[in-house]
Amino acid sequence: MTTVSNRTHEATAAGAPAGAKTRPGALATTGSPLVRPPAAAHLTDEQVAELGRELDAIKDDILGKRGSSDADYIRRMIKIQRALEISGRAALLFSKNKKAWVAGTTLLSFAKILENMELGHNILHGQWDWMRDPDIHSTTWEWDFVTPARAWQHTHNDLHHRWTNVVGKDNDVGYNLLRMDENQPWKPFNLGNPLYNAILAPVFEWGIAIYDLELADYQEGKKTKEALMRDLKALGKKALKQFTKDYAATPAAAMLTGSGKQALYGTLTANAVRNVWAHAVIFCGHFPDGADTFTEEMVEGETRGDWYVRQMIGSANISGSKFMHLMTGNLSHQIEHHLFPDLPSNRYAEVAPKVQEICKRYNLPYTTGPLLKQVGSSWAKVFKLAVPGKAKTA
Amino acid sequence: MIRLRKLARAASLFTTPLAPEDFLALFNPVFSTRQLRGVVTRVVPETADSATIFFRPGRGWQAHKAGQWARIGVELDGVFHWRSYSLSAPAGQDPAITVSDVGAVSGALVRNTKPGDILFLAPPQGDFVLPEHPRPLLMLTAGAGITPVMSMIRTLVPHRPDSDVELIHSARTPADSIFREELAELADQFPNLKVTDWYTSERGRFDFSSSKELDALCPDWRSRAAYACGPEGFLDDAESLWSAEAAAAARNGGKSPAGPFAADPVNLIIERFTTSLAGGDGHDGGLVTFEASDREVEADGATPLLDVGEDAGLLMPSGCRMGICHSCLIPLRAGHVRDLRTGEVHGEPGQLIQTCVSAAAGPVNLDI
Repeated sequence: MTTVSNRTHEATAAGAPAGAKTRPGALATTGSPLVRPPAAAHLTDEQVAELGRELDAIKDDILGKRGSSDADYIRRMIKIQRALEISGRAALLFSKNKKAWVAGTTLLSFAKILENMELGHNILHGQWDWMRDPDIHSTTWEWDFVTPARAWQHTHNDLHHRWTNVVGKDNDVGYNLLRMDENQPWKPFNLGNPLYNAILAPVFEWGIAIYDLELADYQEGKKTKEALMRDLKALGKKALKQFTKDYAATPAAAMLTGSGKQALYGTLTANAVRNVWAHAVIFCGHFPDGADTFTEEMVEGETRGDWYVRQMIGSANISGSKFMHLMTGNLSHQIEHHLFPDLPSNRYAEVAPKVQEICKRYNLPYTTGPLLKQVGSSWAKVFKLAVPGKAKTA
Repeated sequence: MIRLRKLARAASLFTTPLAPEDFLALFNPVFSTRQLRGVVTRVVPETADSATIFFRPGRGWQAHKAGQWARIGVELDGVFHWRSYSLSAPAGQDPAITVSDVGAVSGALVRNTKPGDILFLAPPQGDFVLPEHPRPLLMLTAGAGITPVMSMIRTLVPHRPDSDVELIHSARTPADSIFREELAELADQFPNLKVTDWYTSERGRFDFSSSKELDALCPDWRSRAAYACGPEGFLDDAESLWSAEAAAAARNGGKSPAGPFAADPVNLIIERFTTSLAGGDGHDGGLVTFEASDREVEADGATPLLDVGEDAGLLMPSGCRMGICHSCLIPLRAGHVRDLRTGEVHGEPGQLIQTCVSAAAGPVNLDI
């Protein structure tokens, strides 16, 4: 319902009559924005349109190939994840034994990471909706994360992916907590930037849950009290179940072997590991050096090609092994994911060289680097923007 | 059962947000809380282009009545496609469907299905079933139309010596005739079944334009409860004959035969497999917006909205796919649709649209 009311709101804003042929949000194929972002300022309207057609062709190519091998892939991932989850939790029941604790906590950490990233994030994007399997579908999936899937889909799929890195429109730029862009006015509160971020990382799922409530929208009157109460209720229900599973039921079952306390430490650790990892990966998506932010002028009149350009120059990849890509839920291919948010994640690696080639040909930045470098780069920004002034990029 | 439910609730404390079934699916793929599934246990070829597929359904399946059909979801290159198939197994036995290769989905079912494959299922339904009280029956079938009738014959004939069934089955050639041997054996073994094989390659189409051929094969046909299943033309012809007979009987002041079907002057029960959907040919479609799912698709004027939605990856409600069961209704938000059976254009906001037989007539907004 949130989605619908939001769209209605935009329809009014855009002045589109009810029942109009094009939906608000549909982008023109020709024309140009008021201002093109600096990194793309050298491109003509025709070049941007051509770039858009090339990227559409890449997408169509994958849509044509998508089939049973992709379906097998996601089913295999789901099986692996569930096997890890069961065995991890089972091992924690005997976690008085140190080896069992290490094994259980490790397995559960991996299970939670896979569940949130390669499964949850991607399935909730609708990447697997084409299979028409109600067990693997964006409208039925619920994830092992405090924030309810529907709430997250609204702020993430709808708002973040549409308005990627547009300061003032995409609240993912700092999550209403951190100053992550020099165009965000500095306040003394921002001195705590590094501290807030350090506290946020291990409890990231709770941070996202609060973020998805859109409290700022409520204060500004953009979100009704009923909508907020409904979201709070959904969050409360979900949080209670999540809390019970990891911090009550599992330790209670482990008490039978005298491992209650150890099991609690195990689930706490697994959640913290997942939170720190997810936080690190997600901060690598748009905050490292080279990933641009945008002004509202740059999206006014934006064409389909310009939208693609913004996704590419506003995102950053992580380079690394196949295993690293899997553990990031293929968000290491952030650029490709932002171009094609609903293509199956297992296809991003195949698309990446083509996208990189296009960026090279059109002389656009394609930001990528190893994990540690990208994490370091986004943390550097957290520190630099704690104080007033501009964060000079190296 | 109650203890089992308590156990499941306790287990779900550990599995949330998933259900215990999601973990049990690691060991047995029919477990799911969202989708009834079955595992194929056996595939038996019938003719060159038909096969019977036996399956073991998961919990939630209901035993079928002879003659009913079920919606079956078949995986084709990673995508599940729903079609309706008649169950050919007798009532009370493990379910099986007999499929003829007439399209991409049924073709794949006939040719590629192996034991262990997963089918999506919806519980059996349909009113094409045996009468509640015993009475003489006449079965008129053509081609794959024998499937539901086979279930009826298998259910009735061997177990009810008092039954009286006459079957007239049309097929192109003996080699195309599904269940030919089994029917011959049943007719040999049970005097209460009489089978007439009508091969159209030799004798042409069964003639319903007058009662001559029926009179010759089954003189007491007027007093029997008649069932017909087959292609659309075959059923239309049979239906006209029965209506003509009913009209004639009424003109003569006669009464329709007594029995459980007395209320139905036509006294013919038919089961259709397909509906002609030509109403949208040559018309323009439009932009279809699935509002709640936030998807939009450019659709042509001949593709049912159900297919348009499914191709866009939506979980569309669906049923018979021929405009009779109303399982596919979705509220219209704005725009107009064309009924593909009649070509009629209609649409008011809030109206429930049969998506399986409606196509876009200009921009359409649907509430899904």
